[in-house]
Amino acid sequence: MLKFMAKRILDLIPTLFGISLLSFFIIRMIPGDPVLLLLGERGADPAVYEEMKKSMGLDLPIIEQYWVFLKDAFQGDLGESIISKRTVVSEFFDRFPATFELGIVALIFAVICGIPLGIVAAVKRNSFFDYFLMGGSLAGYSMPIFWWGLVLILIFSVQMGLTPVAGRMSVMFDVDTVTGFMLIDTLMPEIIKDEGFAPFFSALSHLILPAIAMGTIPLASIARMTRSSMLEVLSEDYIRTAKAKGLSVGRVIAVHALRNALIPIVTIIGLMFGSIITGAILTETIFSWPGVGKWFVASVNARDYPVIQGAVLFIATMVVIINMFVDLIYAFINPKMRS
Amino acid sequence: MEEAIDKTSVEKDPSVLKEFWDDFSKNKGAVGGLALILVFILIAVFAPLLAPHSPSEIFGDALRVGPNWSDNGKAGFFFGTDDVGRDILSRLIYGARVSMSVGFMVVFVAMLIGVNLGLVSGYFGGWIDRVIMRCTDILMSLPSILLAIVVVAILGPGLNNTVLAVAVVAVPSFVRIVRASVIAEKNKQYVMASQTFGASSLRIMYFEILPNCLAPLIVQGTLGFSDGILNAAALGFLGLGAQPPTPEWGTMLSDARAFIESSPWMVTLPGLCILFSVLGFNLFGDGLRDALDPRLKK
Repeated sequence: MLKFMAKRILDLIPTLFGISLLSFFIIRMIPGDPVLLLLGERGADPAVYEEMKKSMGLDLPIIEQYWVFLKDAFQGDLGESIISKRTVVSEFFDRFPATFELGIVALIFAVICGIPLGIVAAVKRNSFFDYFLMGGSLAGYSMPIFWWGLVLILIFSVQMGLTPVAGRMSVMFDVDTVTGFMLIDTLMPEIIKDEGFAPFFSALSHLILPAIAMGTIPLASIARMTRSSMLEVLSEDYIRTAKAKGLSVGRVIAVHALRNALIPIVTIIGLMFGSIITGAILTETIFSWPGVGKWFVASVNARDYPVIQGAVLFIATMVVIINMFVDLIYAFINPKMRS
Repeated sequence: MEEAIDKTSVEKDPSVLKEFWDDFSKNKGAVGGLALILVFILIAVFAPLLAPHSPSEIFGDALRVGPNWSDNGKAGFFFGTDDVGRDILSRLIYGARVSMSVGFMVVFVAMLIGVNLGLVSGYFGGWIDRVIMRCTDILMSLPSILLAIVVVAILGPGLNNTVLAVAVVAVPSFVRIVRASVIAEKNKQYVMASQTFGASSLRIMYFEILPNCLAPLIVQGTLGFSDGILNAAALGFLGLGAQPPTPEWGTMLSDARAFIESSPWMVTLPGLCILFSVLGFNLFGDGLRDALDPRLKK
């Protein structure tokens, strides 16, 4: 196990190196002069131009530039936004809790709906319900979520008036940031004392639609995976033995089958982190959710290159490290994987 | 007499294609997917004949007219018009052209790069294999939309750059699939035989091994179509892909967002087109995989 862990962690180094190279070259591959691009019209003044070039470190040889970039990145310095003039790291961490909260709720939604649906489809194999569900999950899997989010808004916000259209919180309430997670912050004792549970429900109602939109593709893959994994397990001999012993169907499924069927399901849930980020970029843009995804798209539209560069480095590193943890956890549960 | 013999031999040894079709047509979803794809392709090819108006023609007296069956519908605009008075049906029809060609170009470019890299990687092995695989690992570790946005951020928005960006995202899966089948094939006897005959590496790679890797490649190509269409539409939606007035479905959706309360048909229809075209390729791809790869059959 230790050997596997060491190998998996060492494997990370070249990947992280590649990611750092990629994000380093983003700003340097833009056609034209990055200094002029950042300065705009004022770049015409040679003194300002030289100063800017120096402050960006673009007067150094390229190898040295990369070295400086790496050194800064390791010290948590990813430069600052051209627009807000704040550091990329602090901008990122301001927004990260919003994305994290949305992502977690979306995943919980996907798991809570996906696993039972998959189980029922497997148990009632080839029934109408099974076909209906698998057709639905294929549609969910092909869903353009940027459209799906709009349809949800159209139905639940515009037509039925049930949920708010955008944002994280009603402007009526003033909630102090404690953890950054609205669902927790609105339950702080002083908020409940002043405003009751209204802020909590406001936060919840803002969260529901984006979480459904973001959770739809994971839901579809979890349901499909659960179904095929359950089907495989249900045909095993030990399940027949359990049934022959006279155990109830519910007990056989919940205790005997599900436990083994869960292994591949847990893996794909872990590996969904990447698609959660993809979902965040689109979902946050639709629902004006103040998270990392919306910030990233806005930076690309504003051509705020330091932010693009920093965000890519940050997000990619996070995805890679989380995938490594998923692998390690998987190897821990399933010894067959360690070789 | 001769005819009779021919007939029996044909019946005993059905052609590969027929066998494939027999397997494939058992899967109703896959046939439905193929039908969907054919419909979209026909619409794309015959767009000028089918569309009642030009996709960019502006009808100043018909702004945001509803579909024909709604209260504020207007004759001549079956699906209504958009915010500047263009016929939505015509734009959707021409949109099929844009999306189908984007899907095709993405798969073509990604295959061209991916197949060559995969062949080299799998056939030669060693350091070149390690370098190529490491690069695909890095590309695959990035969420697909993020990577596509990065490429667009470098190149600038637009339809051509969208194709490039989405193709870059699709390359790693082609590399992996070709590499895996090359590694499985290269130690087989027919390869050794041509090596003994003194065939060059290039000849063995492209004429001996590649034809035997076609099945997984066709499946991946079909699925690449759906990812390509979806990612290109997502970029269009974010304002980073095809630029207005191109009748691209994602871009149309992005325009329609502002009118979601007053003109919901502007939002619903382009999204349905994206959904059904992506669904078609996914269904078809899944069916192909089952029919071409007997090992995967349940």
